[in-house]
Amino acid sequence: MTGAALVAADSARIFGARRDVVLPALIFLALALLPLFAALTAERYLLDSATRIMVFAVAAVALDLLVGYCGLISFGHAAFIGLGAYAVGILSAEGIGDALIALPAAIVVSMLFAWITGIVCLRTKGVYFIMITLAFVQMVYFVATSLAQYGGDNGLTIAARNTIGGFAVLKSDRAFYYFTLICLLGTYLLCRALIASRFGRVLRGGRENPTRMALIGFTVRRFQLIAYVIAGGLGGVSGFLLANSTEFVSPAYMSWQQSGELIVMVILGGVGTLDGAIIGSAVYLFAEEWLARAFEDWQVIFGPLLVLVVLFARGGLIGLSTQLWRRVDHA
Amino acid sequence: MPEPVLRLEGLRKSFGSVVVTDDVTLDVMPGEMLAIIGPNGAGKTTLINQISGLLSPDEGRILFAGADVTALPPEARALRGLARSFQITSILPGFSVLENVALAVQARDGSSFRFVGRAVDEARLNRPAMAALEQTGIADRAQLRAGALSHGEKRALELAIALAMQPILLLLDEPMAGIGREETERQVELLLRLKGAITMVLVEHDMAAVFALADRISVLIRGRVLMTGLPAAVRADPQVVTAYLGEQLE
Repeated sequence: MTGAALVAADSARIFGARRDVVLPALIFLALALLPLFAALTAERYLLDSATRIMVFAVAAVALDLLVGYCGLISFGHAAFIGLGAYAVGILSAEGIGDALIALPAAIVVSMLFAWITGIVCLRTKGVYFIMITLAFVQMVYFVATSLAQYGGDNGLTIAARNTIGGFAVLKSDRAFYYFTLICLLGTYLLCRALIASRFGRVLRGGRENPTRMALIGFTVRRFQLIAYVIAGGLGGVSGFLLANSTEFVSPAYMSWQQSGELIVMVILGGVGTLDGAIIGSAVYLFAEEWLARAFEDWQVIFGPLLVLVVLFARGGLIGLSTQLWRRVDHA
Repeated sequence: MPEPVLRLEGLRKSFGSVVVTDDVTLDVMPGEMLAIIGPNGAGKTTLINQISGLLSPDEGRILFAGADVTALPPEARALRGLARSFQITSILPGFSVLENVALAVQARDGSSFRFVGRAVDEARLNRPAMAALEQTGIADRAQLRAGALSHGEKRALELAIALAMQPILLLLDEPMAGIGREETERQVELLLRLKGAITMVLVEHDMAAVFALADRISVLIRGRVLMTGLPAAVRADPQVVTAYLGEQLE
Protein backbone atom coordinates (compact mmCIF):
# COMPACT_ATOMS: atom_id res chain seq x y z
CA MET A 1 0.00 0.00 0.00
CA THR A 2 1.33 3.42 -0.92
CA GLY A 3 1.77 6.31 1.48
CA ALA A 4 -1.04 8.24 -0.15
CA ALA A 5 -3.44 5.35 0.34
CA LEU A 6 -2.43 5.08 3.98
CA VAL A 7 -3.12 8.77 4.48
CA ALA A 8 -6.48 8.35 2.77
CA ALA A 9 -7.36 5.42 5.04
CA ASP A 10 -6.29 7.50 8.01
CA SER A 11 -8.38 10.51 7.09
CA ALA A 12 -11.36 8.19 6.48
CA ARG A 13 -10.97 6.95 10.04
CA ILE A 14 -10.79 10.44 11.54
CA PHE A 15 -13.67 11.50 9.37
CA GLY A 16 -15.62 8.41 10.43
CA ALA A 17 -15.03 9.12 14.10
CA ARG A 18 -16.20 12.69 13.71
CA ARG A 19 -19.28 11.71 11.79
CA ASP A 20 -20.18 9.18 14.48
CA VAL A 21 -20.39 11.94 17.04
CA VAL A 22 -21.49 14.93 15.01
CA LEU A 23 -24.48 13.51 13.21
CA PRO A 24 -26.24 11.90 16.19
CA ALA A 25 -25.48 14.97 18.31
CA LEU A 26 -27.14 17.15 15.67
CA ILE A 27 -30.15 14.86 15.41
CA PHE A 28 -30.77 14.78 19.15
CA LEU A 29 -30.08 18.47 19.58
CA ALA A 30 -32.62 19.27 16.88
CA LEU A 31 -35.15 16.96 18.51
CA ALA A 32 -34.54 18.53 21.91
CA LEU A 33 -35.05 22.05 20.58
CA LEU A 34 -38.01 21.26 18.35
CA PRO A 35 -40.74 21.90 20.98
CA LEU A 36 -39.41 25.45 21.46
CA PHE A 37 -39.66 26.05 17.77
CA ALA A 38 -43.10 24.45 17.74
CA ALA A 39 -44.16 26.80 20.52
CA LEU A 40 -43.06 29.81 18.48
CA THR A 41 -45.02 28.76 15.46
CA ALA A 42 -47.81 27.62 17.76
CA GLU A 43 -48.07 24.46 15.78
CA ARG A 44 -49.11 21.58 17.96
CA TYR A 45 -49.24 19.56 14.82
CA LEU A 46 -45.46 19.66 14.50
CA LEU A 47 -45.07 18.23 17.99
CA ASP A 48 -47.48 15.41 17.19
CA SER A 49 -45.64 14.49 14.00
CA ALA A 50 -42.26 14.57 15.68
CA THR A 51 -43.53 12.39 18.53
CA ARG A 52 -44.84 9.89 16.02
CA ILE A 53 -41.52 9.91 14.19
CA MET A 54 -39.61 9.20 17.40
CA VAL A 55 -42.01 6.43 18.43
CA PHE A 56 -41.34 4.58 15.19
CA ALA A 57 -37.66 5.50 15.29
CA VAL A 58 -37.32 3.49 18.52
CA ALA A 59 -38.54 0.40 16.68
CA ALA A 60 -36.54 1.23 13.54
CA VAL A 61 -33.27 1.65 15.46
CA ALA A 62 -33.90 -1.71 17.14
CA LEU A 63 -34.67 -3.26 13.76
CA ASP A 64 -31.42 -1.84 12.37
CA LEU A 65 -29.61 -3.71 15.12
CA LEU A 66 -30.94 -6.89 13.50
CA VAL A 67 -30.85 -5.92 9.83
CA GLY A 68 -27.69 -3.84 9.81
CA TYR A 69 -25.51 -5.61 12.33
CA CYS A 70 -26.74 -9.21 12.40
CA GLY A 71 -27.84 -9.48 8.78
CA LEU A 72 -31.24 -10.67 10.00
CA ILE A 73 -33.95 -9.20 7.82
CA SER A 74 -36.88 -9.49 10.18
CA PHE A 75 -40.22 -8.92 8.58
CA GLY A 76 -41.95 -9.38 11.89
CA HIS A 77 -40.79 -6.42 13.87
CA ALA A 78 -44.25 -4.86 14.01
CA ALA A 79 -45.30 -7.79 16.19
CA PHE A 80 -43.34 -6.27 19.06
CA ILE A 81 -44.90 -2.84 18.53
CA GLY A 82 -48.29 -4.52 18.62
CA LEU A 83 -47.53 -6.57 21.71
CA GLY A 84 -46.23 -3.50 23.55
CA ALA A 85 -49.26 -1.49 22.54
CA TYR A 86 -51.69 -4.25 23.53
CA ALA A 87 -49.95 -4.62 26.88
CA VAL A 88 -50.83 -0.97 27.52
CA GLY A 89 -54.35 -1.34 26.09
CA ILE A 90 -55.29 -4.50 27.92
CA LEU A 91 -53.87 -3.32 31.24
CA SER A 92 -55.69 -0.04 30.86
CA ALA A 93 -58.95 -1.84 30.07
CA GLU A 94 -58.44 -3.82 33.27
CA GLY A 95 -57.99 -0.61 35.19
CA ILE A 96 -54.19 -0.54 35.42
CA GLY A 97 -53.03 2.68 33.84
CA ASP A 98 -49.60 3.23 35.31
CA ALA A 99 -46.44 3.20 33.25
CA LEU A 100 -44.48 1.61 36.09
CA ILE A 101 -46.47 -1.55 35.38
CA ALA A 102 -47.39 -1.07 31.72
CA LEU A 103 -43.88 -0.30 30.42
CA PRO A 104 -42.18 -3.31 32.04
CA ALA A 105 -45.14 -5.44 30.93
CA ALA A 106 -44.79 -4.22 27.35
CA ILE A 107 -41.05 -4.98 27.40
CA VAL A 108 -41.33 -8.38 29.07
CA VAL A 109 -44.14 -9.62 26.83
CA SER A 110 -42.23 -8.54 23.72
CA MET A 111 -38.98 -10.08 24.89
CA LEU A 112 -40.69 -13.32 25.80
CA PHE A 113 -42.35 -13.49 22.40
CA ALA A 114 -39.01 -12.66 20.74
CA TRP A 115 -37.26 -15.37 22.69
CA ILE A 116 -39.79 -18.11 21.87
CA THR A 117 -40.17 -17.19 18.19
CA GLY A 118 -36.48 -16.33 17.87
CA ILE A 119 -35.47 -19.88 18.74
CA VAL A 120 -37.56 -21.06 15.81
CA CYS A 121 -36.77 -18.23 13.37
CA LEU A 122 -33.01 -18.38 13.87
CA ARG A 123 -32.95 -21.99 12.74
CA THR A 124 -33.61 -20.61 9.27
CA LYS A 125 -31.64 -18.28 7.03
CA GLY A 126 -32.19 -15.74 4.27
CA VAL A 127 -35.58 -15.78 2.61
CA TYR A 128 -36.85 -18.43 5.02
CA PHE A 129 -36.04 -16.17 7.95
CA ILE A 130 -38.02 -13.36 6.32
CA MET A 131 -40.97 -15.68 5.70
CA ILE A 132 -41.07 -17.18 9.15
CA THR A 133 -40.89 -13.80 10.89
CA LEU A 134 -43.68 -12.69 8.58
CA ALA A 135 -45.70 -15.75 9.59
CA PHE A 136 -45.31 -14.92 13.28
CA VAL A 137 -46.37 -11.29 12.86
CA GLN A 138 -49.45 -12.47 10.95
CA MET A 139 -50.20 -14.90 13.73
CA VAL A 140 -50.14 -12.14 16.38
CA TYR A 141 -52.21 -9.94 14.09
CA PHE A 142 -54.99 -12.51 13.84
CA VAL A 143 -54.88 -13.22 17.55
CA ALA A 144 -55.38 -9.49 18.15
CA THR A 145 -58.32 -9.27 15.73
CA SER A 146 -59.97 -12.14 17.56
CA LEU A 147 -59.72 -10.53 21.00
CA ALA A 148 -63.40 -9.60 21.08
CA GLN A 149 -63.35 -8.34 24.66
CA TYR A 150 -60.51 -5.96 23.73
CA GLY A 151 -62.05 -4.49 20.63
CA GLY A 152 -61.24 -7.22 18.10
CA ASP A 153 -60.94 -5.79 14.58
CA ASN A 154 -61.90 -2.32 15.70
CA GLY A 155 -59.16 -1.89 18.23
CA LEU A 156 -59.32 -0.51 21.68
CA THR A 157 -59.51 3.05 22.94
CA ILE A 158 -57.42 3.82 26.00
CA ALA A 159 -59.20 5.89 28.63
CA ALA A 160 -56.19 8.03 29.47
CA ARG A 161 -52.48 8.19 28.96
CA ASN A 162 -50.46 6.14 31.46
CA THR A 163 -49.56 7.83 34.71
CA ILE A 164 -46.10 7.47 36.23
CA GLY A 165 -46.30 6.38 39.85
CA GLY A 166 -49.83 7.77 40.00
CA PHE A 167 -48.92 11.19 38.60
CA ALA A 168 -50.28 12.28 35.24
CA VAL A 169 -46.91 13.64 34.13
CA LEU A 170 -47.33 12.46 30.54
CA LYS A 171 -50.63 14.24 30.10
CA SER A 172 -49.10 17.28 28.45
CA ASP A 173 -48.03 16.62 24.88
CA ARG A 174 -44.75 18.36 25.46
CA ALA A 175 -43.94 16.16 28.47
CA PHE A 176 -44.84 13.11 26.45
CA TYR A 177 -42.64 14.39 23.64
CA TYR A 178 -39.63 14.59 25.95
CA PHE A 179 -40.44 11.23 27.49
CA THR A 180 -40.40 9.73 24.00
CA LEU A 181 -37.17 11.54 23.20
CA ILE A 182 -35.54 10.05 26.28
CA CYS A 183 -36.71 6.59 25.22
CA LEU A 184 -35.26 7.14 21.76
CA LEU A 185 -31.96 8.43 23.13
CA GLY A 186 -31.78 5.49 25.52
CA THR A 187 -32.50 3.05 22.69
CA TYR A 188 -29.88 4.64 20.49
CA LEU A 189 -27.17 4.71 23.16
CA LEU A 190 -27.97 1.15 24.23
CA CYS A 191 -27.68 -0.14 20.68
CA ARG A 192 -24.46 1.75 20.09
CA ALA A 193 -22.90 0.37 23.25
CA LEU A 194 -24.02 -3.13 22.28
CA ILE A 195 -22.49 -2.88 18.85
CA ALA A 196 -19.12 -1.74 20.17
CA SER A 197 -19.01 -4.39 22.90
CA ARG A 198 -17.57 -7.89 22.70
CA PHE A 199 -21.11 -9.14 22.18
CA GLY A 200 -21.68 -6.74 19.30
CA ARG A 201 -18.40 -7.64 17.67
CA VAL A 202 -19.55 -11.25 17.50
CA LEU A 203 -22.81 -10.11 15.88
CA ARG A 204 -20.96 -8.03 13.31
CA GLY A 205 -18.54 -10.83 12.63
CA GLY A 206 -21.41 -13.24 12.09
CA ARG A 207 -22.85 -10.94 9.49
CA GLU A 208 -19.52 -10.61 7.67
CA ASN A 209 -18.56 -14.26 7.57
CA PRO A 210 -20.52 -16.85 9.56
CA THR A 211 -18.25 -19.70 8.52
CA ARG A 212 -15.14 -17.97 9.81
CA MET A 213 -16.91 -17.14 13.06
CA ALA A 214 -17.92 -20.78 13.56
CA LEU A 215 -14.38 -21.91 12.86
CA ILE A 216 -12.89 -19.66 15.51
CA GLY A 217 -15.40 -21.05 17.97
CA PHE A 218 -18.46 -18.80 18.06
CA THR A 219 -22.00 -20.16 18.02
CA VAL A 220 -23.27 -16.99 16.39
CA ARG A 221 -26.90 -18.05 16.61
CA ARG A 222 -26.85 -17.79 20.42
CA PHE A 223 -25.66 -14.20 20.14
CA GLN A 224 -28.24 -13.45 17.49
CA LEU A 225 -31.01 -14.80 19.70
CA ILE A 226 -30.05 -12.38 22.46
CA ALA A 227 -29.93 -9.52 19.95
CA TYR A 228 -33.34 -10.58 18.70
CA VAL A 229 -34.74 -10.54 22.24
CA ILE A 230 -33.24 -7.10 22.94
CA ALA A 231 -34.59 -5.71 19.66
CA GLY A 232 -37.96 -7.24 20.53
CA GLY A 233 -37.98 -5.56 23.92
CA LEU A 234 -37.21 -2.21 22.30
CA GLY A 235 -40.04 -2.86 19.84
CA GLY A 236 -42.22 -3.28 22.91
CA VAL A 237 -41.09 0.13 24.16
CA SER A 238 -42.09 1.58 20.81
CA GLY A 239 -45.50 -0.07 21.15
CA PHE A 240 -45.90 1.31 24.66
CA LEU A 241 -45.19 4.79 23.31
CA LEU A 242 -47.46 4.36 20.31
CA ALA A 243 -50.42 3.27 22.43
CA ASN A 244 -49.90 6.21 24.76
CA SER A 245 -49.42 8.78 22.03
CA THR A 246 -52.53 7.79 20.08
CA GLU A 247 -54.47 6.61 23.16
CA PHE A 248 -55.68 3.86 20.93
CA VAL A 249 -54.60 0.31 20.16
CA SER A 250 -55.33 -1.48 16.92
CA PRO A 251 -54.40 -4.76 15.24
CA ALA A 252 -53.13 -2.59 12.36
CA TYR A 253 -50.07 -1.80 14.49
CA MET A 254 -48.85 -5.30 13.84
CA SER A 255 -49.90 -5.75 10.26
CA TRP A 256 -47.22 -7.05 7.94
CA GLN A 257 -47.42 -3.72 6.11
CA GLN A 258 -46.24 -2.04 9.29
CA SER A 259 -43.28 -4.43 9.40
CA GLY A 260 -42.51 -3.53 5.82
CA GLU A 261 -42.66 0.17 6.59
CA LEU A 262 -40.12 -0.30 9.36
CA ILE A 263 -37.76 -2.02 6.94
CA VAL A 264 -38.26 0.80 4.45
CA MET A 265 -37.36 3.33 7.18
CA VAL A 266 -34.15 1.45 7.95
CA ILE A 267 -33.15 1.08 4.30
CA LEU A 268 -34.09 4.64 3.45
CA GLY A 269 -31.93 6.05 6.22
CA GLY A 270 -29.05 3.65 5.68
CA VAL A 271 -28.67 0.10 6.93
CA GLY A 272 -26.22 -0.47 9.74
CA THR A 273 -25.88 3.11 10.96
CA LEU A 274 -28.54 3.42 13.75
CA ASP A 275 -28.84 7.18 13.26
CA GLY A 276 -29.93 6.38 9.71
CA ALA A 277 -32.95 4.59 11.14
CA ILE A 278 -34.00 7.80 12.90
CA ILE A 279 -33.58 9.84 9.73
CA GLY A 280 -35.34 7.15 7.74
CA SER A 281 -38.34 7.22 10.09
CA ALA A 282 -38.49 10.99 9.87
CA VAL A 283 -38.31 11.11 6.09
CA TYR A 284 -40.73 8.25 5.64
CA LEU A 285 -43.40 9.55 8.00
CA PHE A 286 -42.95 13.09 6.76
CA ALA A 287 -43.32 11.96 3.17
CA GLU A 288 -46.33 9.88 4.10
CA GLU A 289 -48.06 12.89 5.62
CA TRP A 290 -47.17 15.50 3.07
CA LEU A 291 -47.38 13.40 -0.02
CA ALA A 292 -50.63 11.89 1.23
CA ARG A 293 -52.01 15.37 1.63
CA ALA A 294 -51.10 16.36 -1.90
CA PHE A 295 -51.85 13.09 -3.67
CA GLU A 296 -54.30 10.46 -2.71
CA ASP A 297 -52.10 7.72 -4.15
CA TRP A 298 -48.92 9.03 -2.58
CA GLN A 299 -47.24 5.64 -2.82
CA VAL A 300 -47.10 6.11 -6.59
CA ILE A 301 -44.66 8.95 -5.96
CA PHE A 302 -42.94 7.49 -2.93
CA GLY A 303 -42.31 4.06 -4.46
CA PRO A 304 -40.11 5.32 -7.32
CA LEU A 305 -38.33 7.67 -4.90
CA LEU A 306 -37.45 4.70 -2.74
CA VAL A 307 -36.20 2.79 -5.74
CA LEU A 308 -33.98 5.75 -6.63
CA VAL A 309 -32.53 5.85 -3.12
CA VAL A 310 -31.77 2.14 -3.17
CA LEU A 311 -30.26 2.32 -6.66
CA PHE A 312 -28.23 5.50 -6.41
CA ALA A 313 -27.60 6.12 -2.75
CA ARG A 314 -25.89 3.02 -1.46
CA GLY A 315 -26.13 3.20 2.28
CA GLY A 316 -29.34 5.22 2.14
CA LEU A 317 -29.62 8.89 2.97
CA ILE A 318 -26.80 8.57 5.51
CA GLY A 319 -24.58 7.07 2.83
CA LEU A 320 -25.49 9.93 0.52
CA SER A 321 -24.72 12.53 3.16
CA THR A 322 -21.42 10.82 3.98
CA GLN A 323 -20.40 10.97 0.33
CA LEU A 324 -21.34 14.63 0.14
CA TRP A 325 -19.50 15.43 3.36
CA ARG A 326 -16.42 13.68 2.09
CA ARG A 327 -16.56 15.73 -1.08
CA VAL A 328 -16.83 18.93 0.96
CA ASP A 329 -14.07 17.72 3.26
CA HIS A 330 -11.68 17.15 0.39
CA ALA A 331 -12.51 20.37 -1.43
CA MET B 1 3.37 -44.89 21.83
CA PRO B 2 1.67 -41.50 22.21
CA GLU B 3 -1.99 -41.00 21.39
CA PRO B 4 -2.64 -39.50 17.96
CA VAL B 5 -3.95 -35.89 17.97
CA LEU B 6 -6.31 -36.75 15.17
CA ARG B 7 -7.63 -40.12 14.18
CA LEU B 8 -9.93 -40.76 11.25
CA GLU B 9 -11.62 -44.15 11.31
CA GLY B 10 -13.28 -45.52 8.21
CA LEU B 11 -14.54 -42.13 7.04
CA ARG B 12 -16.96 -42.31 4.14
CA LYS B 13 -18.83 -39.53 2.37
CA SER B 14 -20.68 -39.43 -0.90
CA PHE B 15 -22.49 -36.72 -2.79
CA GLY B 16 -25.28 -38.58 -4.55
CA SER B 17 -23.67 -41.50 -6.33
CA VAL B 18 -20.18 -39.97 -6.25
CA VAL B 19 -18.03 -41.31 -3.45
CA VAL B 20 -15.73 -38.47 -2.38
CA THR B 21 -14.31 -39.97 0.78
CA ASP B 22 -13.86 -43.70 0.61
CA ASP B 23 -12.96 -45.51 3.82
CA VAL B 24 -10.30 -43.05 4.95
CA THR B 25 -8.36 -44.10 8.02
CA LEU B 26 -5.52 -41.84 9.16
CA ASP B 27 -3.57 -40.98 12.29
CA VAL B 28 -1.86 -37.66 12.88
CA MET B 29 0.70 -37.81 15.67
CA PRO B 30 1.53 -34.96 18.07
CA GLY B 31 3.94 -32.43 16.59
CA GLU B 32 3.80 -34.03 13.20
CA MET B 33 3.12 -32.37 9.88
CA LEU B 34 1.13 -34.64 7.65
CA ALA B 35 0.67 -33.59 4.05
CA ILE B 36 -2.26 -34.81 2.00
CA ILE B 37 -1.60 -34.73 -1.70
CA GLY B 38 -3.51 -35.92 -4.70
CA PRO B 39 -4.93 -34.79 -8.03
CA ASN B 40 -7.79 -32.30 -8.29
CA GLY B 41 -11.07 -33.88 -7.31
CA ALA B 42 -9.39 -36.44 -5.07
CA GLY B 43 -11.53 -35.23 -2.16
CA LYS B 44 -8.87 -33.40 -0.17
CA THR B 45 -10.95 -30.34 0.68
CA THR B 46 -13.99 -32.54 1.40
CA LEU B 47 -11.86 -34.45 3.87
CA ILE B 48 -10.66 -31.24 5.55
CA ASN B 49 -14.27 -30.05 5.71
CA GLN B 50 -15.26 -33.21 7.54
CA ILE B 51 -12.40 -32.84 10.00
CA SER B 52 -13.28 -29.21 10.74
CA GLY B 53 -16.98 -30.02 10.96
CA LEU B 54 -18.38 -28.14 7.97
CA LEU B 55 -19.49 -31.48 6.51
CA SER B 56 -20.50 -34.57 8.39
CA PRO B 57 -19.34 -37.96 7.18
CA ASP B 58 -21.86 -40.61 6.18
CA GLU B 59 -19.91 -43.24 8.07
CA GLY B 60 -16.89 -43.47 10.31
CA ARG B 61 -15.54 -41.57 13.29
CA ILE B 62 -13.34 -38.56 13.88
CA LEU B 63 -11.33 -38.57 17.10
CA PHE B 64 -9.65 -35.34 18.10
CA ALA B 65 -7.48 -34.89 21.20
CA GLY B 66 -8.76 -38.16 22.61
CA ALA B 67 -12.49 -37.48 22.16
CA ASP B 68 -15.02 -38.47 19.52
CA VAL B 69 -15.96 -35.21 17.80
CA THR B 70 -17.86 -36.72 14.84
CA ALA B 71 -21.16 -35.24 16.02
CA LEU B 72 -19.81 -31.90 17.20
CA PRO B 73 -20.43 -28.68 15.24
CA PRO B 74 -17.43 -26.72 13.91
CA GLU B 75 -17.54 -24.13 16.71
CA ALA B 76 -17.21 -26.82 19.40
CA ARG B 77 -14.27 -28.38 17.55
CA ALA B 78 -12.67 -24.95 17.25
CA LEU B 79 -12.91 -24.40 20.99
CA ARG B 80 -11.21 -27.75 21.54
CA GLY B 81 -8.24 -26.48 19.57
CA LEU B 82 -8.92 -27.21 15.93
CA ALA B 83 -8.04 -24.35 13.58
CA ARG B 84 -8.09 -24.19 9.82
CA SER B 85 -7.34 -22.05 6.82
CA PHE B 86 -9.16 -22.16 3.52
CA GLN B 87 -8.21 -22.61 -0.09
CA ILE B 88 -10.09 -19.39 -0.71
CA THR B 89 -9.19 -17.22 2.28
CA SER B 90 -11.97 -16.79 4.78
CA ILE B 91 -11.59 -13.59 6.78
CA LEU B 92 -13.84 -10.73 7.91
CA PRO B 93 -13.18 -8.24 5.10
CA GLY B 94 -14.96 -5.30 6.71
CA PHE B 95 -13.02 -5.58 9.98
CA SER B 96 -9.57 -4.22 10.62
CA VAL B 97 -6.75 -6.74 10.36
CA LEU B 98 -6.20 -6.50 14.11
CA GLU B 99 -9.89 -7.07 14.91
CA ASN B 100 -9.92 -10.19 12.74
CA VAL B 101 -7.32 -11.71 15.00
CA ALA B 102 -8.61 -10.13 18.23
CA LEU B 103 -11.94 -11.91 17.65
CA ALA B 104 -10.12 -15.24 17.60
CA VAL B 105 -8.51 -14.31 20.92
CA GLN B 106 -11.90 -13.18 22.25
CA ALA B 107 -13.43 -16.57 21.42
CA ARG B 108 -11.28 -18.19 24.07
CA ASP B 109 -10.87 -15.35 26.54
CA GLY B 110 -13.72 -15.43 29.02
CA SER B 111 -17.26 -14.69 27.98
CA SER B 112 -18.30 -12.86 24.87
CA PHE B 113 -21.69 -12.13 26.41
CA ARG B 114 -20.35 -8.78 27.54
CA PHE B 115 -22.59 -5.93 26.54
CA VAL B 116 -20.60 -2.93 27.68
CA GLY B 117 -17.09 -1.70 27.07
CA ARG B 118 -15.50 -1.15 23.70
CA ALA B 119 -14.06 -4.41 22.43
CA VAL B 120 -11.64 -2.65 20.05
CA ASP B 121 -9.88 -1.03 22.99
CA GLU B 122 -9.32 -4.19 25.01
CA ALA B 123 -5.56 -4.60 25.40
CA ARG B 124 -5.91 -8.14 26.67
CA LEU B 125 -7.39 -9.09 23.30
CA ASN B 126 -5.27 -6.81 21.14
CA ARG B 127 -1.91 -7.75 22.61
CA PRO B 128 -2.02 -11.46 21.77
CA ALA B 129 -3.58 -10.55 18.43
CA MET B 130 -0.68 -8.24 17.66
CA ALA B 131 1.76 -10.98 18.62
CA ALA B 132 0.13 -13.35 16.12
CA LEU B 133 0.33 -10.69 13.41
CA GLU B 134 4.01 -10.19 14.16
CA GLN B 135 4.54 -13.91 13.90
CA THR B 136 3.07 -13.98 10.40
CA GLY B 137 4.81 -10.76 9.37
CA ILE B 138 1.86 -8.42 8.78
CA ALA B 139 1.94 -6.44 12.03
CA ASP B 140 2.38 -3.21 10.06
CA ARG B 141 -1.00 -3.83 8.42
CA ALA B 142 -2.86 -4.13 11.75
CA GLN B 143 -5.05 -1.05 11.35
CA LEU B 144 -6.00 -1.59 7.72
CA ARG B 145 -9.30 -2.97 6.53
CA ALA B 146 -8.74 -6.70 6.03
CA GLY B 147 -10.49 -6.61 2.67
CA ALA B 148 -7.84 -4.19 1.37
CA LEU B 149 -4.95 -6.62 1.90
CA SER B 150 -3.14 -8.31 -0.97
CA HIS B 151 -3.86 -11.97 -1.57
CA GLY B 152 -0.66 -13.09 0.12
CA GLU B 153 -1.32 -10.84 3.11
CA LYS B 154 -4.81 -12.29 3.46
CA ARG B 155 -3.22 -15.72 3.65
CA ALA B 156 -0.91 -14.46 6.37
CA LEU B 157 -3.89 -12.96 8.18
CA GLU B 158 -5.79 -16.22 8.04
CA LEU B 159 -2.79 -17.97 9.53
CA ALA B 160 -2.56 -15.31 12.25
CA ILE B 161 -6.22 -15.91 13.10
CA ALA B 162 -5.51 -19.63 13.38
CA LEU B 163 -2.43 -19.06 15.55
CA ALA B 164 -4.34 -16.71 17.85
CA MET B 165 -6.64 -19.64 18.59
CA GLN B 166 -3.64 -21.43 20.11
CA PRO B 167 -4.61 -24.56 18.25
CA ILE B 168 -3.63 -28.14 19.00
CA LEU B 169 -4.15 -28.99 15.36
CA LEU B 170 -3.93 -26.73 12.35
CA LEU B 171 -5.57 -27.71 9.07
CA LEU B 172 -4.07 -25.87 6.12
CA ASP B 173 -5.99 -26.08 2.86
CA GLU B 174 -3.64 -25.09 0.05
CA PRO B 175 -1.89 -22.22 1.85
CA MET B 176 0.37 -21.60 -1.15
CA ALA B 177 -2.40 -21.44 -3.76
CA GLY B 178 -2.39 -18.26 -5.78
CA ILE B 179 0.52 -16.51 -4.11
CA GLY B 180 3.85 -15.60 -5.67
CA ARG B 181 7.13 -17.46 -5.40
CA GLU B 182 8.59 -15.06 -2.88
CA GLU B 183 5.54 -15.21 -0.65
CA THR B 184 5.48 -19.00 -0.95
CA GLU B 185 9.04 -19.11 0.31
CA ARG B 186 8.15 -16.89 3.23
CA GLN B 187 5.11 -19.03 4.00
CA VAL B 188 7.23 -22.22 3.94
CA GLU B 189 9.75 -20.59 6.24
CA LEU B 190 7.01 -19.56 8.64
CA LEU B 191 5.46 -23.03 8.67
CA LEU B 192 8.89 -24.56 9.26
CA ARG B 193 9.22 -22.35 12.32
CA LEU B 194 5.81 -23.43 13.63
CA LYS B 195 6.48 -27.08 12.86
CA GLY B 196 6.77 -29.24 15.94
CA ALA B 197 5.01 -26.74 18.17
CA ILE B 198 1.69 -27.25 16.42
CA THR B 199 0.47 -30.43 14.81
CA MET B 200 -0.48 -29.72 11.22
CA VAL B 201 -2.33 -31.27 8.33
CA LEU B 202 -1.34 -29.69 5.05
CA VAL B 203 -3.19 -30.02 1.77
CA GLU B 204 -1.01 -28.62 -0.98
CA HIS B 205 -0.28 -28.87 -4.69
CA ASP B 206 3.11 -27.19 -4.52
CA MET B 207 5.31 -30.29 -4.29
CA ALA B 208 8.45 -28.35 -3.44
CA ALA B 209 6.67 -26.98 -0.39
CA VAL B 210 5.23 -30.38 0.53
CA PHE B 211 8.59 -32.12 0.41
CA ALA B 212 10.22 -29.27 2.33
CA LEU B 213 7.64 -29.41 5.11
CA ALA B 214 5.99 -32.78 5.53
CA ASP B 215 7.04 -35.45 8.00
CA ARG B 216 4.70 -37.93 6.37
CA ILE B 217 2.61 -37.80 3.24
CA SER B 218 -0.74 -39.37 2.46
CA VAL B 219 -1.73 -39.73 -1.15
CA LEU B 220 -5.44 -39.41 -1.82
CA ILE B 221 -6.85 -40.65 -5.12
CA ARG B 222 -10.59 -40.61 -5.82
CA GLY B 223 -11.39 -40.38 -2.14
CA ARG B 224 -9.15 -43.28 -1.15
CA VAL B 225 -5.84 -43.23 0.67
CA LEU B 226 -3.50 -44.81 -1.84
CA MET B 227 -0.59 -44.80 0.58
CA THR B 228 0.79 -43.04 3.65
CA GLY B 229 4.49 -42.88 4.29
CA LEU B 230 7.70 -40.94 4.63
CA PRO B 231 8.35 -38.42 1.84
CA ALA B 232 11.15 -40.48 0.35
CA ALA B 233 8.95 -43.57 0.19
CA VAL B 234 6.11 -41.68 -1.40
CA ARG B 235 8.37 -40.10 -3.99
CA ALA B 236 9.74 -43.50 -4.95
CA ASP B 237 6.45 -45.36 -5.08
CA PRO B 238 5.68 -46.30 -8.70
CA GLN B 239 1.92 -46.29 -8.08
CA VAL B 240 2.01 -42.75 -6.73
CA VAL B 241 4.22 -41.59 -9.56
CA THR B 242 1.81 -42.90 -12.19
CA ALA B 243 -1.29 -41.65 -10.43
CA TYR B 244 -0.14 -38.20 -9.45
CA LEU B 245 3.46 -37.28 -8.94
CA GLY B 246 4.54 -38.00 -12.51
CA GLU B 247 2.74 -34.99 -13.87
CA GLN B 248 3.61 -32.82 -10.84
CA LEU B 249 7.36 -33.39 -10.84
CA GLU B 250 7.93 -32.96 -14.55
